[in-house]
Amino acid sequence: MLGLDNRDMKLFIWVVCITVLAPFILNPFPAESELAQFNAGYPDLMQRFMIFGIFAIGFNILFGLTGYLSFGHAAFLGVGSYAGVWMLKLVSMNVIPAIIISVIVAGLFSLVVGYISLRRSGIYFSILTLAFAQMSFALAYSVLTPITNGETGLQLALDDPRILDSASSTGSIPPTNFFGIEMRDGFELALGPWEFVFNFGYYLCAVVMLVSFYLSMRIFRSPFGMMLRAIKTNQQRLRYTGKNPRPYNLAAFVISGMYAGLAGGLMVAMDPLAGAERMQWTASGEVVLMTILGGAGTLLGPMVGAGVIKYFENIFSKINDALLYEWFSAMPEGLQDVFVFLIHPFIGKGWHLTLGIMFMLVVIFLPGGVVEGGQRLAALFRRRRQSRETDGPAAVKDATPAE
Amino acid sequence: MKDMRISRRGLLKGTAVLGAGLAAPTVLMRPASAAFTNEPTGGSVTLGFNVPQSGPYADEGADELRAYELAVEHLNGGGDGGMMSTFSSKALKGNGILGKKVEYVTGDTQTKSDAARASAKSMIEKDGAIMITGGSSSGVAVAVQALCQEAGIIFMAGLTHSNDTTGKDKKANGFRHFFNSYMSGAALAPVLKNAYGTDRKAYHLTADYNWGYTTEEAVRTSTEAMGWETVSAVKTPLAATDFSAYITPVLQSDADVLVLNHYGGNMVNSLTNAVQFGLRDRQANGKNFEIIVPLYSRLMAKGAGANVKGIFGSTNWHWSLQDEGSKAFVKSFGTKYGFPPSQAAHTCYVQAILYADAVERAQSFNPCAVVEALEGFEFDGMGNGPTLYRAEDHQCFKDVLVVKGKENPSSEFDLLEIVEVTPVEQVTYAPDHPQFAGGELGKCNPGA
Repeated sequence: MLGLDNRDMKLFIWVVCITVLAPFILNPFPAESELAQFNAGYPDLMQRFMIFGIFAIGFNILFGLTGYLSFGHAAFLGVGSYAGVWMLKLVSMNVIPAIIISVIVAGLFSLVVGYISLRRSGIYFSILTLAFAQMSFALAYSVLTPITNGETGLQLALDDPRILDSASSTGSIPPTNFFGIEMRDGFELALGPWEFVFNFGYYLCAVVMLVSFYLSMRIFRSPFGMMLRAIKTNQQRLRYTGKNPRPYNLAAFVISGMYAGLAGGLMVAMDPLAGAERMQWTASGEVVLMTILGGAGTLLGPMVGAGVIKYFENIFSKINDALLYEWFSAMPEGLQDVFVFLIHPFIGKGWHLTLGIMFMLVVIFLPGGVVEGGQRLAALFRRRRQSRETDGPAAVKDATPAE
Repeated sequence: MKDMRISRRGLLKGTAVLGAGLAAPTVLMRPASAAFTNEPTGGSVTLGFNVPQSGPYADEGADELRAYELAVEHLNGGGDGGMMSTFSSKALKGNGILGKKVEYVTGDTQTKSDAARASAKSMIEKDGAIMITGGSSSGVAVAVQALCQEAGIIFMAGLTHSNDTTGKDKKANGFRHFFNSYMSGAALAPVLKNAYGTDRKAYHLTADYNWGYTTEEAVRTSTEAMGWETVSAVKTPLAATDFSAYITPVLQSDADVLVLNHYGGNMVNSLTNAVQFGLRDRQANGKNFEIIVPLYSRLMAKGAGANVKGIFGSTNWHWSLQDEGSKAFVKSFGTKYGFPPSQAAHTCYVQAILYADAVERAQSFNPCAVVEALEGFEFDGMGNGPTLYRAEDHQCFKDVLVVKGKENPSSEFDLLEIVEVTPVEQVTYAPDHPQFAGGELGKCNPGA
């Protein structure tokens, strides 16, 4: 079905189910409980999961398949964002033109950067892309202030032309919409103590993410994808066979640049502001981390990695000492202080530390990323079940439920 | 076969969940009936403190958070009440806000517009914050202010000094207590005239971002108005840590004053470089060479050490002020944390109290009612003398302090001495002043 084989189709259906049901899955704790702190099912974060998922999927097409490590992908995301905001300012608050232009502009920009950077490979390629991204960041921050509004970030204003929209009379900036459906709108669902939020913006992001995921699957399984893998394995040998790898490299680079632009466009469609920090090298590094953490070269990995990093950034950074004291309030005072003191470095501003430790553990023990961890677990259960079936009733005593 | 079984079971489970999800909610679906975003319904109200906990302004952020925690304590009736007892409005009773206990959530702005907005959004969408406050840079303030305007939340700006926050980027839901670049320029000019005369040649080094631009413009305009000449203005990258390459050309120019439009770590480094290059012992045009830092803070003075001695600058507030409000605040902050508060802590504390007071006076958390209560509000006893929250641009107008690095500091906190308290009339400007023109306040937005 859809040009996918059985296994891929199953994976795709899983991803569809999870994204559709995400509002339930991400809010497992009742709204009033202490654990509600760990709920991630609010619109902004769910949108971020999808958007950074797209960004990482695109990055993985370049890094996972060809092995070219770009350290400047945030530049394409940033350029896409700026293009998107300008469309929202000049043309219409409908998000479609903004998203389309973001993809096109990021594609063109990545063509230029790719054409130059791909003349080198390995570390030199990485440094070239890094230089381009830092250059874009510095330009956006200062020299290009008339276009980018510098440090403050490009924003919408009341007196923007928006030629396709009718003039607003409410005295406030109209919200971004998809043919009239407002992105920040949605509905809430209360089931007993649980609260679930269904946000239209999230579902738009989810649809775009699913399409991107499907496309990346097709690219992975296509002859073109095979060519990219050949580049990763041995470029020399590929040349000897009479194939020129450059056009394939460049195509992969531009495709992943367009994915980044798409992410940037969606970002401004959800929250119409484009800041220059989006292009900083730390942002480029983040997508590399996402991909490696999740599993480079796997279909699902980059999305998982993006989810994990965004979860840490948004949930762990908001836990503060006062909250810790509340959690440990049942303990005697001295013990309470000790526990808060021990946990303090890992929460709040220390979320980088927690993430760093996790990243180290994953890279050391699971070189294939979180996805490899999942596969190992699955294999473990499968082996157990197999052994149980072959051994018959004798093995039942040490069996754990395989669910 | 086995796989099939699993997937069938998974499918069944999935359908069950989906079915339950589709069947149950038709009755329970909650329409958006609240009068405004995050209307507090229980016995408590949540405020969002969005401060830089990492990045170049983390020190200020930490101090802001201390001030907010103190303010919450005082609002809930704990501690000694701090400035609530000296505040001219007596609406607050120490029983929370409108009888609701004040709770708070914190977030890290990382001094990046994007991160700050993400953090503010999660406070609004997840934690149900009714007001967002904090921040230590103008870029963040402007970005979060715009977000709060769209979401229908009140934004009480923290430390933000750029003209744009209440100039071209002003918003109806946003309020600033801190002073701005224009006020710095206007307050500094007369003091500089007395100290250094009217015949001076100034050389500006400006941090290459929004705040740097407006500060340079403000200082230039005020000093040129009294007869100074601007020799050159050079932009320096924000991320720079070594300014020697920018100081050398100063030595070759015929300037006799160096203006450092830098803040935080930038200022500490550029001033240290300038002193190392011997600028302070230099003679130019037959006069002593002088250095000026338009925006000063105690935390910066601490970083620059002995180099700040005798250098002029301006500040919003200083703990050595002797009015009742300042004394009460320094006392309760010092009792709780063991050292005097910074100006960032002061402005944040005041903003939190002002918001609570406005809600109490308006008898409603509705952002539009709060805006109405704050617009044109005159108050006293908060450490800056009589103050007005101007309705046209939501900027506070109050006295500005001109300070100088102390020659003989008695402690590590006693680094600045107040040279002059510039009266409010001298720093007041028209709402459509050219340095502030171009923005529109818009209408207050209650959201929902």
